[in-house]
Amino acid sequence: MFKDITIGQYYQTESLLHSLDPRVKIVGTLAYIISLFVVDSFAGYLVCALFLIVMIRLSNVPVGYIVRGMRAILILLLITMAFNLFLTPGETLVKFGFLKITKQGLAFAVKMAIRLSLLVIGSSLMTLTTTPNQLTDAIESLLNPLKRLRVPVHEIAMMMSIALRFIPILMEETDKIMKAQIARGADFESKNLIKKIQSLVPLLVPLFISAFRRANDLAMAMEARCYRGGAGRTKMKPLVYQGRDQGAYFILLAYFCICVALRLLPLPFLV
Amino acid sequence: MIKISKLIHDYIQRDEEGNPAGTVRAIDDVSLNVEPGQFIAILGHNGSGKSTLAKHINALLFPTEGTVWVNGMDTKDQSLLWDIRQTAGMVFQNPDNQIIGQVVEEDVGFGPENMGVPTEKIWERVEESLKAVGMLEYRKKSPNRLSGGQKQRVSIAGVIAMHPKCIVMDEPTAMLDPSGRADVISAARSLNIEENITIILITHFMEEAIQADHVFVMDNGKIAMQGSPREVFSRVEEMQALNLDVPQVTLLGHILRKEGLDIPEGILTKEELAEALAGNKESLL
Repeated sequence: MFKDITIGQYYQTESLLHSLDPRVKIVGTLAYIISLFVVDSFAGYLVCALFLIVMIRLSNVPVGYIVRGMRAILILLLITMAFNLFLTPGETLVKFGFLKITKQGLAFAVKMAIRLSLLVIGSSLMTLTTTPNQLTDAIESLLNPLKRLRVPVHEIAMMMSIALRFIPILMEETDKIMKAQIARGADFESKNLIKKIQSLVPLLVPLFISAFRRANDLAMAMEARCYRGGAGRTKMKPLVYQGRDQGAYFILLAYFCICVALRLLPLPFLV
Repeated sequence: MIKISKLIHDYIQRDEEGNPAGTVRAIDDVSLNVEPGQFIAILGHNGSGKSTLAKHINALLFPTEGTVWVNGMDTKDQSLLWDIRQTAGMVFQNPDNQIIGQVVEEDVGFGPENMGVPTEKIWERVEESLKAVGMLEYRKKSPNRLSGGQKQRVSIAGVIAMHPKCIVMDEPTAMLDPSGRADVISAARSLNIEENITIILITHFMEEAIQADHVFVMDNGKIAMQGSPREVFSRVEEMQALNLDVPQVTLLGHILRKEGLDIPEGILTKEELAEALAGNKESLL
C-alpha cells in the first residue's frame, strides 16, 4: 500500500549528488527550504526552480520518478491553493455567491503552490540521493555540538538507524499477521470506518508484542557484541569532507546570497 | 578455555503486580570444562537450561551460585565484562533480531566499532570475516534480501570480526531450512578447524552433534550425560528417556541390533551402518 510513495526513498545510481557528503546535502536542503521562504517574487521563484532543475540533472534521478512522488501531496496542494484563493481579502476579480477570488488571493495561491512543490521536490531529492544510513550518520555528526547540552545524540542516531532497519521486517510481519487473521475470518476490507478501526486491534496487539520481543533480542545481541553507547566507539565509515564538498558549500552560499539579494534589493521589475 | 564450577542459576518469577513470587532453578549444579580448540555440542529439549548456560559464558547472565571462568576471567568481575564478551562471542537463534546494520558489511563492522578498532583495521577484519563464512560477495547487500542461512552466516562473521577465542551458538539453525542449516554448521566447523576457534554449539538437531569432539546432554538444569558423540548416542534408551532422539542411522542400527544382528552400538553415519551390515551378510542369507 506504500508502493506509490517515492518521497523518502533512496534511488540507487551513480551521480555527483550521490557522492556528496550527506552533511552537505542536509545543510543544503535546509538552506534551500529557507531560501524558498526568503524570496517572495516570481523572479525569485524562477531562480529557486532553476537551481532545483540543475540539481535534479546532477542527481541522475529520472524526472518522472520525482514527479510521481508529487502525487502523494497533490490533495494537500489543492486544498492549500483553494484556501488562499478564496480567503485572501483584497481587490475582487470574480465572485460566485459568497466566494470571491481576489487579485492578491490569486497571486498568493500561485506562489504558495510553487513554494510547496519546490519544497517537496527539493527535500525528496535529498532522500533520493542519500541512503538512510548516511542520513543518520550526518545527523549524528551535525548535532554533535548538542552533546555539550547533554542531548543523547549518538543514542538518537542509533535509534533512527535501528528503526529504519526494522521497518521492512515489521511490514512483513504485519502482512503475515493480517493473513493469519483473515484466515480466521477477520474482515479488513470493510468500508465502515468504525469497523475498520476495530479490525486494527487484533492486528496491532500481536505486532506490538512481537516488536517488544524483537527489541529485547536485539538489545541482548548488541550487548553481546560489546555495544556500550557512543563513548570510545570508532567508525567503519567516518564522514570526511572532500574537495567537492567544499565546492558544494560555496555554491550553496552563493545561491543563498542571490536569494537574499532578490528579497532585499528593490528592483522595479520584480513582482 | 571455559571452566564452569558448580553453577546454579535461579530465575525470579513474578506475579501480576511484579512482586517476586518464587524462583525457578534453570541451572542446577553444573560443572564442565572446555579445552581450547574443542568443538562442543550441548543437547537438550526445550527448557532444559541450555540457553541459560550459553548466556553465562557470554556474561549476559551472572551466576546465582558457583563460578564461570572464560579464559581465566571470572564473569562476576564487572571490570572484565567487555573482555569476556569479546573473548566469547555469541550467535543467537533468530537471524533477524541480531543484525544491526542495514548493509552486510556495516553489520559485520558493528562489533569492532564498539571495541574502538581503528577504521582501516575494521575494513580488514570485515573482509576476512566475510571471507571466512563465504559471504564476501554479499558485502554490499541489505540483510533483508538474504536467506535465513545467509543471515546467520553474516551473524557469525559479525562475531568473528571481534576476534574471539570462542563462539557460543545458541540454536543457530533452529529457524533455518535444511540447506541453510548445513551451510551454517559447515561454516562453524571450518572456523573450528582452520582458525582454531573453540565452538560451543547448542542445538536440538542430533545430526549436528555428530561432528562434535564432546557432547553434553542437559536435562532439567543438570548435565545428564556426556562423552564423545559415539558414547552418548550409543545409549539410545537413556536418550529416549530424556525425550531426545538419536540420529536416525544410530536408531536404525540400534533396532537391528536388538533384532539379533551383529551391529555395534553408536553407529553415526550411513557408511558405518552399511559396513556393519555387510559383515552380517551370511547371517542374513
